[in-house]
Amino acid sequence: MNDAATLAEAAVGHNRPEPYDVERIRQDFPILQREVYGQPLVYLDSAASAQKPRQVIEAVESAYQEDYSNVHRGVHFLSQRATDRFEASREAAARFVNAASSDEIVFTRGGTESINLIAATYGRKFLREGDEIVISHLEHHSNIVPWQMLRDEKGLKLKVVPVDDDGNFLLDAYAELLGPKTRFVAITHMSNALGKVIPAKEVIRLAHQRDIPVLLDGCQAVSHQAIDVQELDVDFYVFSGHKLYGPTGVGVLYGKMDLLDKMPPYQGGGEMISSVTFEESTFKPVPHRFEAGTPAIVQVIGLGAALQYVNDLGIENIAAHEAGLMEYAHQRLAEIKGLRILGSTENKASIVSFTMEGAHAHDIGTIVDRAGVAVRAGHHCAQPLMDRFDIAASARASFGLYNTFGEVDALAESLNAVTEIFG
Amino acid sequence: MFDDLRELYQEVILDHGKNPRNFGAMDDANRAARGDNPMCGDRITVYLSVDDEGVIREATFSGQGCAISTASASMMTEIVKGKTVDDAKELFQSFHNMCTKDHCDMSAHEESDPDAVERLTVLSGVRQFPVRVKCATLAWHTLNAATTSADEAEPETVTTE
Ligand SMILES: Cc1ncc(COP(=O)(O)O)c(C=O)c1O
Repeated sequence: MNDAATLAEAAVGHNRPEPYDVERIRQDFPILQREVYGQPLVYLDSAASAQKPRQVIEAVESAYQEDYSNVHRGVHFLSQRATDRFEASREAAARFVNAASSDEIVFTRGGTESINLIAATYGRKFLREGDEIVISHLEHHSNIVPWQMLRDEKGLKLKVVPVDDDGNFLLDAYAELLGPKTRFVAITHMSNALGKVIPAKEVIRLAHQRDIPVLLDGCQAVSHQAIDVQELDVDFYVFSGHKLYGPTGVGVLYGKMDLLDKMPPYQGGGEMISSVTFEESTFKPVPHRFEAGTPAIVQVIGLGAALQYVNDLGIENIAAHEAGLMEYAHQRLAEIKGLRILGSTENKASIVSFTMEGAHAHDIGTIVDRAGVAVRAGHHCAQPLMDRFDIAASARASFGLYNTFGEVDALAESLNAVTEIFG
Repeated sequence: MFDDLRELYQEVILDHGKNPRNFGAMDDANRAARGDNPMCGDRITVYLSVDDEGVIREATFSGQGCAISTASASMMTEIVKGKTVDDAKELFQSFHNMCTKDHCDMSAHEESDPDAVERLTVLSGVRQFPVRVKCATLAWHTLNAATTSADEAEPETVTTE
């Protein structure tokens, strides 16, 4: 690692003492100290977007105040500083998912753009009329719509892996869907609507038996479990910075080098070319080939600080803490009359999605909000999954590394107000 | 319990939310439209039977939504029955203002339609909940679209976005 990267890391690095001290961790998140409607904020919507620790906010601030310039362009001092910090984030992202090389990390605007990039480059180049893409019933709209657009453009077919009534990904049905025409698999690693985690290793192994590449949408999973792309042997892995305690406007696309290398550029512009004449242009190698234009410099630097923050806490420690919250939440919510939790507890991380008899999710959201409890209410950008469970919407509480058992109690108590009104 | 919640979820609203009136598709409707609230997944269809004089003879709705949007749709079907399309639209405009503006004058309707004014006033508790205003007005937007749909035409779809 170069000097600037070490500097950047030293500036944000904090070694935390064991055991997991959630009250101390909460001190890192300025927003958690605020009140809403005169009540302490109980933020249970990290699956939509997570709050940011001081370390990330400070990294963003110092990037603007001390090291700001365009990257990869200037010979001057600041350009070098900014480039070093920017590239240090790429190194950090590579280590975070254990990529073989930081050249396999492409920065995008977010998980959505990462998926669209793969559809627009790999998909356009390698998929042909009649080919089949396998997705699942658990997908977020952002892992459905780009494939539908490609389907309509190229005459492909989309096959959908079903889930059972408990929200479990059906591995056998998946294996049966893989056929001679299957050319791509794009599946969410963890459902944002139910919290269910799929058997990723098996999914990948089965596809690879037929030489089919696999994209995992890691937008949710990445905040709740260690990701090792080499161990998974996954071909593409994507996630957003903002759900991982980092800034908005930045996402990551990991791809195996041999695949990235044969993919055409995504957008054309500056930064992605080696040379341009009016007759033709030659493109830079991976990953810069996919990063046309001035990137989200400061956000990428902020993401580096977020990855560092999560690493310092230890993703396993975070997962263990969240598992405790999940168990307690299931226990507390089960006591509430008429409340139904979607998706059984096994293979489930940090999300409790539920409906209540007689009360629409939207009304639940409004009522608990008045008690300071922020949950998501709606279809969670997963309408096909909602249809599968024959509901229009659900309420969703999602837990992050800073949530407490007391906050689970606050949720349960605020739900009693729902029963009071609608019961 | 918080006062503004009580004000939003008044008995009348809970009652209409649970037992919506005029609920179900209308076979002989000559006007219909679908309304979607993409944010929360509420979807309703409003059916009207409008006579040659432009008077709404029957109004029903189907679909699913939260307590606020269901109650609003239910009350709306009762309120507009017997009114001309133009009167209904005027009422919608006043109601919309009531939900979005701090001061709103319903006195224009007070004399002709005290009952409608009273019911709509109840719903205007959503003013304290800006994200829920769309729930309260979805049915009315849909009605508006239905009245402009051509006879027998495919139901048009409006969204709150
Ligand atoms: C599973 C999943 N995939 C994709 C996305 C899209 O992420 P973004 O909106 O950050 O691009 C989300 C976020 O809502 C998600 O939860």
